[in-house]
Amino acid sequence: MDVLYGIPVIGLLFQLIAYLIQTVPNIAPIILALATPIALGALCGIMNERSGVVNIGIEGMMLAAAFAGFVAAGFSEPYLPEFELELFNTTAPLLIGVIAAVLTAMALSLLHAWLSITIRADQIISGVIINVAALGLTGYLNRLVVTPNPRVGAGTFSSFKPPSEITDIPVIGWILDMFLDQGPIAMSVILFVITLQILLFRSRWGLRTRAVGEHPKAAETVGIDVIRLRYRNVVIGGIFAGLAGAFLTLEATSSFQNGMTAGRGFIALAAVIFGRWTPIGALGAALLFTSAGAIGRAVGIRPPTDELAQLGQLLEGIPNEFYQALPYLITIIVLAGVVGRSVAPAAVGQPYERESKAT
Amino acid sequence: MTDAGSSVQQELEQNPAGPEAAAPQARIPPPQSKSLWGRIIQVSAVPIAAVLLAFGVGSIFILGSSLLTGREFDPLLPWIAYTSLMFGAFGGLNPIVDTMVAAAPLILGGLALGLGFKAGLFNIGAQGQFLMGALGAAYVGASVADLPTPIAITAAVLAGGAVGAAYGFIPGMLKAFTGAHEVVTTIMLNFIAAAIIAYLVAGPLGAEGFAFARTGPIGNAALVNVPGTRNLHIGVLLALLAVPIVWWILERTTFGFELRTVGANPSAARYAGMRPAVVTMTTMAACGLLAGLAGVVEILGVTGFINTSYGTSVGFDSISVALLGRAHPVGILFSAILFGAMRAGAPEMQLDAGIPVEIIDVLQGIILLFLAADILVRRLFRLRVAGTGVDELQTVSRSYGEQAPR
Repeated sequence: MDVLYGIPVIGLLFQLIAYLIQTVPNIAPIILALATPIALGALCGIMNERSGVVNIGIEGMMLAAAFAGFVAAGFSEPYLPEFELELFNTTAPLLIGVIAAVLTAMALSLLHAWLSITIRADQIISGVIINVAALGLTGYLNRLVVTPNPRVGAGTFSSFKPPSEITDIPVIGWILDMFLDQGPIAMSVILFVITLQILLFRSRWGLRTRAVGEHPKAAETVGIDVIRLRYRNVVIGGIFAGLAGAFLTLEATSSFQNGMTAGRGFIALAAVIFGRWTPIGALGAALLFTSAGAIGRAVGIRPPTDELAQLGQLLEGIPNEFYQALPYLITIIVLAGVVGRSVAPAAVGQPYERESKAT
Repeated sequence: MTDAGSSVQQELEQNPAGPEAAAPQARIPPPQSKSLWGRIIQVSAVPIAAVLLAFGVGSIFILGSSLLTGREFDPLLPWIAYTSLMFGAFGGLNPIVDTMVAAAPLILGGLALGLGFKAGLFNIGAQGQFLMGALGAAYVGASVADLPTPIAITAAVLAGGAVGAAYGFIPGMLKAFTGAHEVVTTIMLNFIAAAIIAYLVAGPLGAEGFAFARTGPIGNAALVNVPGTRNLHIGVLLALLAVPIVWWILERTTFGFELRTVGANPSAARYAGMRPAVVTMTTMAACGLLAGLAGVVEILGVTGFINTSYGTSVGFDSISVALLGRAHPVGILFSAILFGAMRAGAPEMQLDAGIPVEIIDVLQGIILLFLAADILVRRLFRLRVAGTGVDELQTVSRSYGEQAPR
């Protein structure tokens, strides 16, 4: 699994990254926090596409979940008992918010599954419907419910501060810091990624899922219920999109703005492709996409000296918009097979039709 | 609900052929009607039913959401909302002009999507092509602002169209040569277009002397009004003219025939001596041209300039327009007018009934939902007519997983 085929590009910048991690405080945790919604969205995409369903509605699922989480947390606050955990500053409304976000995204996933598996509608149109409807519904309800109550909000999860004995460990200290100096959702991303990677490639469920995504007919002949497995995977995938949405309004910020996902669902799609439909690859892609922009900005704040000065100036000279476009450019290049090649599961996008029962 | 679900199941099971046996999802063909009216009713029944159903569901939604605002419950609220929407869109000459001005880019954008559908291409990149066309028209328009009006307008329109066509050509070329699926590449190109505009307008193509980054005034390149009207710019005529032209190309030219053949069955087209790669590239460029012209009309006719964060919903509305119009130029014309009317009438509705304008997007989503799940619509209205599934579309998402080079 050579998910790290981007290494030559990254290798050039490695020294510079090391320098920035030492000089710019918190850059590593910030990069992971930026990558979190993208990586979670990508996990949703992987769950869908590995089982043979295209999902371009991740953006809409994320947006609806972000809104539902914010509203549920904010409006349930006065009715809930006082309860606060030391860890992550967890309160009852925040937990309610996360649950609401996840359920919302799962409901939209169920709609997507119904349209693309049962109705066998065009799966791309189904995704478009989810995006359009989510943008409209959240915008409509936002103006109707949230705008008249500007003080509603339940705050955010706080991040865990790892003790300095851990972060000061040489060489790997900053990596630990990156994954530990986070709120609960961002911190759990790495767990989800590793778990899903293992399950997908080392478990019976994973083998079946991949079979259903590559050749559903063959899967059915060995006794796998294609329709049921696709349904289950698409709906479970919704959990990740829901968590991504919850991250936006309950962990990263404590407010909701119309269209606040700002294309993250589509960057997640890019991360799926660049990561070659593997969870670890997708996390790597998400980290690469977000660190490119972060490095570009950090170079401006702390210009490097010595032998890195030239590279630093080069990076600083690149306009910010280039970093914004980078994930999309990389995806096109990878899809076109110019550098490496990324191939989707063979049955993605094809509705499955069971052979007629011999009765 | 269980009843509807089982009927769906039944309908699905009536279709005995496997996916390989019948590449375009083999729905039972309805009886063909001979007369023109019969045919029109046959193709438009499901879209019209979907729109009516969407407004019905929308009124339940409006009633339900009005409870959240804490105002007094008014069972007539949906009626008030829809009548003020109608009034805002068609109640007098000025509202009608506003509707047509809002519909013009949607007609062009819808044609851009519809042409792609006919060729088996799902051009989600209308958004990006619109933006690039808008940028081209805004910049060239500002550069030729002092030339005589006919020359200035022609130059700006051609520039915008050319930039849009070039931007549409990119995903076509990528698909033809590398097999990269156009849905993914065009989504990516939409965001790249936004970044390009943010960079160019803030930098090389921006005008000086304004409080924010934008292109210069377009002066004489602004589209003139149709004689005798106040706001009806000639871009609307351009859009209306595009409808018969696209129809003619599709139905009466060799290229149109090749385009439809490639859309229906690329292998058969290749076997018949056509070159699907060339057709794909040309079609995508044509789609880009149309979507770019939508941007041109919007910039030269309405806004007059472009800024770094220029946003639009035309690109995605066009998808709905083309699907509702069943990818047929005339259908696209009518559905573009419907969506234009909703956009133009929505502010009036917000004013009169206190319904946020975002309800338009909700309605659009519901319309699309009923079009996608047309089995339900046909069942509810007991229609014995063809489903909406744009038949050409069925090659689109099915080919998503196959990225073999041609």
